[in-house]
Amino acid sequence: MSKLGRNRLTKGDRIFDFVNYTFLILVFVVTLYPFLNVLAISLNDSTDTVRGGIHIWPREFTLENYKTIFEYDNLVTGLINSILRTVLGTVLGVFSSAMVAFTLSRSDFQGRKFVSIFIVLTLYFSGGLIPGYMLMRELNLINTFWVYILPGMVNAFNIIIVRSFMDGLPYALQESAKMDGASDFTIFWRIVMPLCMPVLATIALFVAVGQWNAWFDTYLYNSSNPSLTTLQYELMKILQNTNMGASDANSFRGVAGEEAAKQVSPESIKMAISMVTIIPILLVYPFLQKYFVQGMTLGAVKS
Amino acid sequence: MKTKMKTHSKPGVSLQKKSFWTIFKQQKILYLMSLPFVAWVFVFNYLPLGGWVMAFQNYRPGLGFFEQEWVGFQQFIELFQDERFYLVLRNTIVMSVMGLTVGFTVPIMFAVLLNEIRLKAFKRTVQTVSYLPHFVSWVIVAGIVTKMLSVDGGVINDLLVAVGLLDQPVQFMTKGEYFWVIVTLADLWKEMGWNSIIFLAAIAGIDPQLYEAAKVDGASRFRQIWHITLTGIRPTILVVLILSIGNLITIGFEKQFLLGNPTVVNFSEVLELYALNYGIGLGRFSYGTAIGIFNSLVSIMLLFIANGIFKRYANQSVM
Repeated sequence: MSKLGRNRLTKGDRIFDFVNYTFLILVFVVTLYPFLNVLAISLNDSTDTVRGGIHIWPREFTLENYKTIFEYDNLVTGLINSILRTVLGTVLGVFSSAMVAFTLSRSDFQGRKFVSIFIVLTLYFSGGLIPGYMLMRELNLINTFWVYILPGMVNAFNIIIVRSFMDGLPYALQESAKMDGASDFTIFWRIVMPLCMPVLATIALFVAVGQWNAWFDTYLYNSSNPSLTTLQYELMKILQNTNMGASDANSFRGVAGEEAAKQVSPESIKMAISMVTIIPILLVYPFLQKYFVQGMTLGAVKS
Repeated sequence: MKTKMKTHSKPGVSLQKKSFWTIFKQQKILYLMSLPFVAWVFVFNYLPLGGWVMAFQNYRPGLGFFEQEWVGFQQFIELFQDERFYLVLRNTIVMSVMGLTVGFTVPIMFAVLLNEIRLKAFKRTVQTVSYLPHFVSWVIVAGIVTKMLSVDGGVINDLLVAVGLLDQPVQFMTKGEYFWVIVTLADLWKEMGWNSIIFLAAIAGIDPQLYEAAKVDGASRFRQIWHITLTGIRPTILVVLILSIGNLITIGFEKQFLLGNPTVVNFSEVLELYALNYGIGLGRFSYGTAIGIFNSLVSIMLLFIANGIFKRYANQSVM
């Protein structure tokens, strides 16, 4: 407590600090506990889980649950599709945002005003669920993988964030490249893009998380086609089934087949699938934290 | 139309008295880099707006646009005569307002309290953990909430019974009257840390000397928070309020879809879910579109009401 002692703490200060620390520790526990609980249950022997009472430590440690879920075909297909859409969606989304943002950051670009208004307006309205669905039908995107990638590829919010970052770059760099005869695209690709890495990392994270977490487009457009399923959608089906009151055993039989159902508790399976969808995010997130805090602050201040 | 020329702001490049097409040719790469995406945005964001005319038709799949039967406001009349509609409207409004109130005030409080922590490591740990749920999907969050509130082994029930607040576990997820609160708190759990980022950034920008001076003057912690921290981030608070009010337009339906179940449907169904069920579930595209249009109108109305209240009590307009 010597750190605090420096500033002559009054009694009021001490009470305030005590209450504040207590409250924030509570927030910390409430936020973290569910994750640890999911992890513990996913690592616990499945039949043992039914007895309940597992909190943040597995009682009978096993990796059997994880083995079981990877024997379930739909889940593996879902995992592959989720990875595919995340990678492809992120690359295309970041590239398109950067390119449009670059043209908007060029104050000599005469189409700037029009393009800017045309894109920003989309922040304020949308056609809604049914017209959107009808459009996908007209475009023959239903029951295709592309319905995951194309509709959201050009995103106004991301363009604004990248653009405000580019506005802060010194223009002299672009100008001297121009003198050397570089084309606009070369300037964008060779000079501006490398300087934009922090902000591109931020929106890459946003887009990737959005793609990874999406389930509704699978539900709406591709639910009749098991080969296009996604991890979140499979998880959604499993969790919703139990919500609807179907008995645990029944919903589990749909997942892993009769044989496995006798040995493994559905609770542990559900938590194992949940962990598989959480882990990738847990892995990248600490490395990107610095960027997204910057990106958020920047984006919010500018818009 | 001749485009008016602007004198160029950057030094060294002069673009005076050139026609639109001359510049267009010079900048063809820039045009190439953005016009395809404008076309993209047109297709995916503007074209669906054309679908709104469906609300005034009796859309039948398979027929061309002009072969559809025009029915005027019949879809809307039918909508206003549906008893269910008013229930769904109530749910939409209540959950929007609850979400806005809690989702806006608590992150400010959280940021202010976090700022009062002087142990850097503790502060950073709490912060890092608090952002985490934002990155997890609603599917997971709904699963977690259901698990935590469950009757057998749910930690909430266990705790409440252990402290004696409950005699026996309560089936929270099947009680309609709890649904609004559950949705609001789940949303708070997921987004509180994330929404506090911007306030923390604003607080970091406050001059530390102000606190020193206040301490010398003998200001208590509460007075410091009130007069320095909250006053210092006032502009940010206003900006975020504007953004959150703007977000009333897209209250979404994901939480309601995932957390709801047949036993609480009278409290969980919102306009968009109603549109989904009728429009796509029953294939009544025109009726669903009419609900969608009404949904947009309600959102804009909520925006105006929120703005009005804001104007009145904060003497400031956001629109």
